[in-house]
Amino acid sequence: MSRTSDLAIRTRGLRKVFSGKVAVRNLTLDVPRGEVFGFLGPNGAGKSTSVKILLGLVFPTGGEAQILGRPVGDVKTRSQVGFLPEHFRFYDWLTPAELLKLHGRLYGMSHAKLRERVPVLLDLLGLMPHRDKRLRDFSKGMLQRIGLAQALLNEPDLIFLDEPTSGLDPVGRRLVRDIIKAQRDRGATVLLNSHLLGEVEITCNRVAFIKDGEVLETRQLNDKLEEQTTVSIRAANVTAEIASGLSQWSRSVRAEGERLTLSVGSGAVVPEIVRYLVSSGAAVYEVTPQRLSLEERFLEIVGTDGGL
Amino acid sequence: MGIWIMAGVTFREAARKKMLWMALGAGGAFLILFGTGLHFQAKDFAAHGMSPVLRREISFTMVTMGLYAVDLLAVLMTILTSIDTLSGEIASGTIQAIATKPLPRWQVLLGKWLGFCGMLTAYVAIMVGGVNAVTYSMAGVTARHLLRGLSLMWMESVVLLSVTFAFATYFSTLTTGVLTLGLHGLAFLGGWIEQFGAITQTQRAVNVGVIASVLMPSEALWRRAAFEMQSPLANAMRISPFSTLSIPSVSMVFYAALYLAAALGIAIRRFSQRDL
Repeated sequence: MSRTSDLAIRTRGLRKVFSGKVAVRNLTLDVPRGEVFGFLGPNGAGKSTSVKILLGLVFPTGGEAQILGRPVGDVKTRSQVGFLPEHFRFYDWLTPAELLKLHGRLYGMSHAKLRERVPVLLDLLGLMPHRDKRLRDFSKGMLQRIGLAQALLNEPDLIFLDEPTSGLDPVGRRLVRDIIKAQRDRGATVLLNSHLLGEVEITCNRVAFIKDGEVLETRQLNDKLEEQTTVSIRAANVTAEIASGLSQWSRSVRAEGERLTLSVGSGAVVPEIVRYLVSSGAAVYEVTPQRLSLEERFLEIVGTDGGL
Repeated sequence: MGIWIMAGVTFREAARKKMLWMALGAGGAFLILFGTGLHFQAKDFAAHGMSPVLRREISFTMVTMGLYAVDLLAVLMTILTSIDTLSGEIASGTIQAIATKPLPRWQVLLGKWLGFCGMLTAYVAIMVGGVNAVTYSMAGVTARHLLRGLSLMWMESVVLLSVTFAFATYFSTLTTGVLTLGLHGLAFLGGWIEQFGAITQTQRAVNVGVIASVLMPSEALWRRAAFEMQSPLANAMRISPFSTLSIPSVSMVFYAALYLAAALGIAIRRFSQRDL
């Protein structure tokens, strides 16, 4: 178990009820510092509410939460936090540079620091050619980019990105991925709330599947051996007895002719299965571990009802 | 520091959205119209060979009339310009990126309030100053106890601003507008009931007006301002349409100050404790 000081986010039994409707039921979560953590769940699962609680925008009904070792709502801690809201609405009468300067000053950044930092961010997010436009003339994608620049302004230790690529084209998405990677490399923790599972799979170290305001499962994404795997085997001479013996590794064994399909909890058991089959007299021609995609895993864990 | 950043951004928003310039333009148009009317009135004084006393009283009435219109404009400007600043930003989510910065929420609210307060102060000062400058240049009179009257009119706007902020932390933009204007309308009607009660010496009608002023002291502040600024003769004759028959007391002014502080306190408390 991680020490509290090693955790960027720590929640215990977090609960939020809006007018009798439970939005977050019992959220218990540890996110170590330096991790890119994905928050996955169907619509209405309580993801955005949880993020808002962690940012001090929404007050929890019960439970406790800390970010960067301090209780949520601590004003000083916010100087180390960046946030891109899901509905990136900003003062649209400002130009991008003016918006960044305003937010920078609210972070307590000096004018000198802002003079240095603002052009760097505008350049990074590809907004330099639009620096004199008002935000009201920005497209959704451009607003998302300036929102992201705003979230990175203070070089935060903890960054909350709520659907950061929803308005972006593939080039923009690639850019966001690269930025997230750069943030991780400099040691920042990123909490990524996204519906785009492909993005999450590429970007995150770990994900939590959340439904009805509860974490159903957390899963490491960069440890392929530890992931649930479907193993497809082509083998001859597999008797019913041999096939039933496979149940020690898998609750789900399907046999169709020479084709066996098993769902195993970890890729690490594949050599054991092969050894078992060979020693039992089966002729093994082909063994193909097929790792479940995040999407398949998502559907398996949260179901197919898709939330609200 | 955060307070002043928010106050500055509120001021800049009003300027950038042309709200400030439109208000000043409309105010300028009002002063031109007022000046034109007063100009013809002054010409008639000479043509009819009116006595200096009557001339002076008519000019005083013109000043009060001008200030009455300024008061009405200030009330509407206060409510209409500030109505969307909190509830609108809460509804659209604009406030989220601001409220997650390292400054307490009370500073966000107080900064916005101060921004509007600054604009109102400038507006009321320019308009009241303008009316008096016009009447002084054309008829040689200014409001009696000008500074006192100006302060009371300013206070009326700040009371309404604080009430708007308080409602905006609970309700949507539209509901906030309906409630604040409705409450001021109640006070306005109560003020007239009180005046008629005073004319007909119906104490119970006067009491209705006083209760309306307790619920919303904005109109009482105007009536006190009118009393301070009108000529002594107009006050003594009790025939002015600008309401000095039943004069709100100094205690009512103190009550209005407490009311203002309470409304601002409620706004800060609610904004600091609500979900955004």
